[in-house]
Amino acid sequence: MIRIEGLRKSFGARTVLDGVDLHVGQGESLCVIGQSGTGKSVLLKCILGLEAPDEGLILWQGRPLDRHARPRFLDSFGMLFQGAALFDSLPVWQNVGFRLRQRMSGQKARGIAIEKLARVGLGPETADMMPAQLSGGMAKRAGLARAIADDPQVIFFDEPTTGLDPIRARRINGLIRGIVEETGATAVTITHDMDSVRAIGDSVALLQDGSIAWQGAVADMDDAAPLTGFLGKDTT
Amino acid sequence: MNPVRLSGRATLRGLRAVGAVALFTLRGLFHLRPLRPRLLAAQIFQIGWLSLPVVALTALFTGAALALQIHSGGARFQASDVVPAIVAIGMVRELGPVLGGLMVAARVASSIAAEIGTMKVTEQIDALVTLSTDPTGWLVTPRLWAAMLTVPVLVGVGDIIGIMGGWLVGTQSLGFNSASYLANSWAYLESWDVISGLIKGAAFGLIVAVSGCWYGMASGRGAEGVGRATKSAVVAAAVGILAANFILTGLFFE
Repeated sequence: MIRIEGLRKSFGARTVLDGVDLHVGQGESLCVIGQSGTGKSVLLKCILGLEAPDEGLILWQGRPLDRHARPRFLDSFGMLFQGAALFDSLPVWQNVGFRLRQRMSGQKARGIAIEKLARVGLGPETADMMPAQLSGGMAKRAGLARAIADDPQVIFFDEPTTGLDPIRARRINGLIRGIVEETGATAVTITHDMDSVRAIGDSVALLQDGSIAWQGAVADMDDAAPLTGFLGKDTT
Repeated sequence: MNPVRLSGRATLRGLRAVGAVALFTLRGLFHLRPLRPRLLAAQIFQIGWLSLPVVALTALFTGAALALQIHSGGARFQASDVVPAIVAIGMVRELGPVLGGLMVAARVASSIAAEIGTMKVTEQIDALVTLSTDPTGWLVTPRLWAAMLTVPVLVGVGDIIGIMGGWLVGTQSLGFNSASYLANSWAYLESWDVISGLIKGAAFGLIVAVSGCWYGMASGRGAEGVGRATKSAVVAAAVGILAANFILTGLFFE
């Protein structure tokens, strides 16, 4: 469904992505792992069109994801940001129903937003709260509700468990897995939390030194030498 | 390095920046689809209504001080009687638009830059893109139009309050007759004096909003980046207003 070929991106003299090749199949849940500063977020921004790659191709459903195809891609896309990125000036339900309000009445959008909030374990009382009134975990779940509000075919999760305690992190991982299975959406998760990888992923790709050093099934990662450092194994 | 090459590079960099800001402004002004009247109304309230007290107070004290200055200065050549006319012309043509614009710059350019800068560093602008919403249309366009529409109104209100400040001092402290002060204020005012001040107000409003939006969108990471964007927005808006005032005054009255 999404194929990336030879993606390169530099900032001045610093090369961040140096020929990334990656494939995510329809309905697959891929986790991209890598140390901080290896270009995971830049890869994400290139796919979203927030950064222009220097070289390479990003294909969606077999077609280049250029400025003509990207609006259609974004219409079928949802994303959970690392810090939730809820709009401060809008109440929670308007955040969740942001895209819905562009094509349906406010009342209908509110109804769907409350449904989606319930799906991520937030009660209707949160609908009229402002983002500043939410805890970190609640904001993450509201962000997740926004990501799935329009039943997207593709969902990106950027560091979904960063900043959460282990209990809330497990809950978010469980929610994401459940949602991906229910909707059959294609999912790409950027993380360095191996618990998230095991909970969410079907497959995993290691981004190292600007390119994909290893890609395979989550079931095979325990035997993958390049992942040793991430799995916490002693290599001495 | 060769000084000619250095100055050439600096000139090119400056021209590139001017071009980028001009394109940013045009995109912001004409990104009108879809129309977002609620966002525009919210910005009119933020920029116009909430700036009214500070603009009104500034105009009141400026008009009052101007009356005192002209009265004492005019006394040197037996021209104290011109106080009402000079206060009115000075407020309407120059002080109303410039001081009103500067007060709006201090209040609004900083708040726009801080708000948009914070949205940028917390990925809210990226979130807009993923929700199929162009950040220019959502964030920039309503602010540009709201500032262009409301600052002339603020200037008009400031002009009236400034003239009344002069009237207050003139009648209470300088011994002018109330009715003749007001009659003299209007007698020497021409419609172009008022219109040129309002046009200046619209231009200054645009400068304030463009400065806030531009620096907010270009904000660096973290609190330091947002702080720097806020400061730059206010400085750029203030310098822009004073430079534009000089150019517009030359165009209108030379």
